[in-house]
Parts: sequence; C-alpha cells; structure tokens
Amino acid sequence: MQQLLFAILTMVAGVLACVVYFFGTNWLLDKIFPSKGLTGPQASKNLRITNAIRPWLFMAPALFALGIYLVYPVFESVRLSLHDRSGQQFVGLSNFRWMLGDGEFRQSIFNNFLWLLVVPALSTFFGLVIAALTDRIWWGNIAKTLIFMPMAISFVGAAVIWKFVYDYRSEGSEQIGILNAIVVAMGGQPEAWMTIPFWNNFFLMVILIWIQTGFAMVILSAALRGIPEETIEAAVIDGANGFQIFFKIMVPQIWGTIAVVWTTITILVLKVFDIVLAMTNGQWQTQVLANLMFDWMFRGGGDFGRGASIAVVIMVLVIPIMIWNIRNATKEMER
Amino acid sequence: MIATSRSPLIIVVHLSVLLLVALWTLPTAGLLISSLRDKDQLAVSGWWTALSTSSQNLTGRAASPEAQVEKDGKFVITGNLIEGGTSKVSAFGVRPMQPAAFEAGTSADIGDGQTLTVNEDGSYEIVSPTRMEGTRGQRIFFTAAVPPRFTLDNYREVLNAEGIGASFINSLTVAIPATIIPILVAAFCAYALAWMPFPGRAILIAVIVGLLVVPLQMSLIPLLKLYNGVGAFLGVPAKTYVGIWLAHMGFGLPLAVYLLRNYMAGLPREIMESARVDGASDFDIFVKIILPLSFPALASFAIFQFLWTWNDLLVAMVFLGTGNNELVLTGRLVNLLGSRGGNWEILTASAFITIIVPLIVFFSLQRYLVRGLLAGSVKGG
Repeated sequence: MQQLLFAILTMVAGVLACVVYFFGTNWLLDKIFPSKGLTGPQASKNLRITNAIRPWLFMAPALFALGIYLVYPVFESVRLSLHDRSGQQFVGLSNFRWMLGDGEFRQSIFNNFLWLLVVPALSTFFGLVIAALTDRIWWGNIAKTLIFMPMAISFVGAAVIWKFVYDYRSEGSEQIGILNAIVVAMGGQPEAWMTIPFWNNFFLMVILIWIQTGFAMVILSAALRGIPEETIEAAVIDGANGFQIFFKIMVPQIWGTIAVVWTTITILVLKVFDIVLAMTNGQWQTQVLANLMFDWMFRGGGDFGRGASIAVVIMVLVIPIMIWNIRNATKEMER
Repeated sequence: MIATSRSPLIIVVHLSVLLLVALWTLPTAGLLISSLRDKDQLAVSGWWTALSTSSQNLTGRAASPEAQVEKDGKFVITGNLIEGGTSKVSAFGVRPMQPAAFEAGTSADIGDGQTLTVNEDGSYEIVSPTRMEGTRGQRIFFTAAVPPRFTLDNYREVLNAEGIGASFINSLTVAIPATIIPILVAAFCAYALAWMPFPGRAILIAVIVGLLVVPLQMSLIPLLKLYNGVGAFLGVPAKTYVGIWLAHMGFGLPLAVYLLRNYMAGLPREIMESARVDGASDFDIFVKIILPLSFPALASFAIFQFLWTWNDLLVAMVFLGTGNNELVLTGRLVNLLGSRGGNWEILTASAFITIIVPLIVFFSLQRYLVRGLLAGSVKGG
C-alpha cells in the first residue's frame, strides 16, 4: 500500500513537473523576447525568434525521452553487436558468423518464419470473415465484443488459458484439458501437445491468432463499413451472389487496410516473446528470436554482444515495413 | 445490407458466428469456471463437468485405537469419513491395490477377527473381539460420489500464500504513473508537430512513424547498461520503479505522439485562427482549446498505455527487480507456471486475477479503445 502511495505521489510530482516546465519555459521565452506592447521592427523580430524557439520548447521533453529510450539504443545495439560479450573488445562480424553456425539460432529463424507465414495470414483472414459475417446479424456487436476481448488479456494470461486447454494426462486417466478430452472422446490417444516438435509451433501460434483476430476484425469492420453502398448495389443489380460481392467487390476496395493490418501483426509476430517463454521457454524446438535474444542477454552472466546481434537481426527484418509505413504516412500528409 | 440477408443463408451465418464466438470465449470461460471449483474436483475432472456429480477415489483414516470404546464385550471405533460433506460412498477397501473391494453397507473382514463397516453416508464402524493396539488409525480407501462444489478458496490462497496480492499492488504501482506521466509530454509535442510550422517538421514526423515499429529488443541491452551505469554512479540500485516508469514512458511516446498529432491535425483550422486573431498565444491555444478538444484521443492513448504496461512482461523482467514488493503480476504468473505447473487451482485463480483489471477496462472503455486502434493502426503493439 505504501508503495502505491509513493507511485501516486510520483505521478502527481511528474505531472506537476511537466506543467511547471511547459509553463515556465514559455513564460521565460515571452519575458526575454517580448512582443506585446512593442511596435515596429523590434516586435516583429522578437515574434519571429519566439516562433522559431517555441516548438522546440514544446517538443524538448518528448524528443529527449525518445532519444534516450529509442534512438540512442538503436545505434548502441548496432555497436554492441560488433563487440564481445562485455561490450569492450571489437570483434567485427564474429557474432554474426557465430549465428550462422548456431543450431538454436537457425531453429529460431525457421520458427519465426513459420510464425510470419501463418499468424498474420490467419488473423487477418478470421478478422475479415468475422467482420463480414457479424455485419449481417442483429447480435453482431455482442459477438464482436466477445471476439475482441482477448486483445485485453496479457500474453502470459493467454498462455495460462491455453496451457489449460492443452493440458495432458496420461492415457486412461480423466483428461482435464479440453483438447485432449475431445480427442479421447473421438476415440484418439491423448497427446502432450507441447512436446511434439514442429507441430507444437502451431499450437503456440493459435494463441497469438486468438489474441490478434479481434484487432484485425475491428479495423477491417470499420473499413468494410466505409465501402460506398453504390458499388455493392450495382453488383446486386448485376446479379452477383454473396461470395462474389465479398471477394470481387468488397475485398479489393479495402486492400490498403488489409495491408496495414497484415504488417502490424507481422511486426508483433517478429517480437513474440511472452507466449513462448511462458509455454515452452524454447524447449522442444519452439525457440524464437526474441526469446533467444532474452536468453543470451542473461545467459552465463549475460552475453551483450550476441544478444545485441540477435536484436539487430530482428530490427533488420522490421526495416522494410518501417520504410513502407513512413512512405504511407508522408503520402498521407501531403494530401 | 446485402440481398442475402433474407435467404436461408442467414441461418448459416448465425451458426458460424455462434461457433466462432464459442471458440473464442470457451478457453477463458474454462479458466474462470475452473478457478471457482474445489481443487480436488478440478484435479480429476474437466471444467465442462463442473455441474455434474463426480466420482472420486479418496483415502481416509479411521480414528486411532485410543478412541475405542468397550461395548457388549467387544471393542468398537466409530466415526465418519466424510466430515460435513454431502458425498455418497459407493465402495471401500483397506488395501491400496483394492480400493473398492467391498460395497458400501457391507461388513468387511480385515483380519485379526476385526470387521469394518462403511455406510453410504460415510459413517464407519470397526469391531474387534480384543483390545486394539497402536496409535494410528486404520487406513480406509473409498469411492465417493461428490456433488459439485464451488468455492473462493483458490482465490484466498493465491492472494495470500502465493503473493498474487502483493504483485497486484506492484502492477498498479508500475501502470498508473507510467500511464499518466507521458500524456502531457506527448500532447505538447503533438501540438507542435501538428500546428506550429518549423523547419524539419516533416522529417521529425517521419522519424516518429519509424520509431513506432522499432522492436523493444533493440533498446533492452543498451538501456540495461545505461541503468547499471547510472545506478553505480549515483550509488542507488539499477532496478527501481522510477526506472521502469521512465522506460514505459519512452516506449509509449511514439504511439502517443503519433495518435495525438493525427487527432489534433484533424481539428478545424478556423478555431485556432480566430483565437490567434483575438491575440491568444500558442500556449493559450493549446491549453485552453486543443487540450480539452483532444480528450477522446488522450483517453484512447491512456487506455492503450495502461493495458500495455499492465500486461507487459519483458520490460518488467529487465528493468524491475524480482523481490516480493517489485515482482509484477505477469512475472509472478510465469514463476508460478514453473513452480506450480500442475496445480491448476493456483494457476487458474492467479491468471484470472491477472486478467480481470484489463477486462474491466476493456468492457467499460471499449469505445475509446476501438477509436484509438482505428487512428493508430500503424503501431505494432
């Protein structure tokens, strides 16, 4: 309880500090370069100076935090990836050479690749289908809320929920995991799903798909509603059936949104960590890059060189999407 | 909206949505139901049988021979195997290999001329022709039909004994300041990027869009080194709440600035121009006009940031200690998965406590969450 009080006090202090900073610097600027009450060239000169400085005063705290927490670490991580485990000795590309020969790393790359193929595709597909179906029924909004709900659940919480679904008891005893109970009821053998190499990756992916479908559904549902009615009416008059309208009229009009959803989930997949850590911690050939990176960060007292080089690999995989995003955002601003 | 809505196809639509909703909610429902069940029942039967009577193999012990009374020249021990329960015994036995050797109500010969009778209601009677020796009571195995039992015991246990209660406070301690402090910082920055012309503005916006997707993994090692350095320099521990608040603020800022800038840029230009004509400065315009108008966007961001900081595991694992008054809920849950892997009564109750706060936020503020998602869908979570 005491620490909660401390937290709230800090919060108040932090907000107050922000207020004092913004108000104070602004007041100081107007004091040093006054423009009110003055006339002629002096006033317009002061106005120009304050207008040039003020944006930077407004942005300074944010830019400072962004610089320390995101910009500087990017460069530092690249630098560390070229150094040894303690970050002192320059070792060139040897960390990356180690990677190529390391079985666990190759396993991670392969698994991440599987994740990249499956999760964004299925999440977007389910999201699109559910968005289209729920638009036509009266209880669609309730259904949407329930499917959207896993979005709010932490990856660790979701891992526990699904670990319970996948729970395994040896053959003959009563299964309390619903998946094995269904398998047994249908006459099959119970399986320890997490320990079946290769396929266990897909059981992990189900969790992320379960979480992300709601996100895809919400975005795509809004996009579907934005489609001009006339295009659909015209198709109906021309005698198109439901499937034709969906795939030939509606989907082509929302390609842009589908791409945004797809890339957003792709980035999330590249960083997937909590689920693997909680479910298998990379055992049974389920290792992924983010978990491997975390592992090396602390393994044997921490190997910062190898950890950083794995982070750089994740970053390199993200860069194409980053460029695509920046291009889109710039295009949108010019419009 | 489509012609098919009156055709028989609509039944198929209803059914398939029903199936999808079931698929998406059953796992969570199973967790919630299980967390409320009696732990002995939870361990032997699936949550979907929670409402039916289950048959369990149990072990009990008769009262010790010290409790025997002499009756009609025989020595008798009596008692009840099911204290205060409503279960029904169907069979019993005295050897672990034959736990259901005798039917309830019958008398069993258990050697030395002694007989054991166990009735359906759990009452038992041991009759012996000679005085019984020893201090330990006879072990009795029995099969009982146990009616469904729901309880809050699991919650009581995890909140106190497993440290979930302390972690709940820790999670709040992390999430509240980490949600509130960045808002003002981001709002000022967003206003400058939206409405104050200065050279390099377009580049700065592009940089922020780029930072939206920078993987957290890039920041971990350099910041860990930085924190260790600062901690050593100032003579304080490197892993503190202040450190994690600032880290969450830094990681949340790109989304905050991006969301708020988009929103503010969409506000009508006339409002600002008429205020400027009236002699208001940028500072006045921002504080008195833009900030109140931006409330929906601020709320969207606050919800995102709260869910993200509450649900986060990675940042807490790296930047916060693992002591009892620092370990957050997600971290505790991962630890429990390792140490109490088979104790589903502990895991389900703990997990439900972990997800209840985000669920409340989700259901009460869903509108803002959806709006924020639609505005900031470039961000990768």
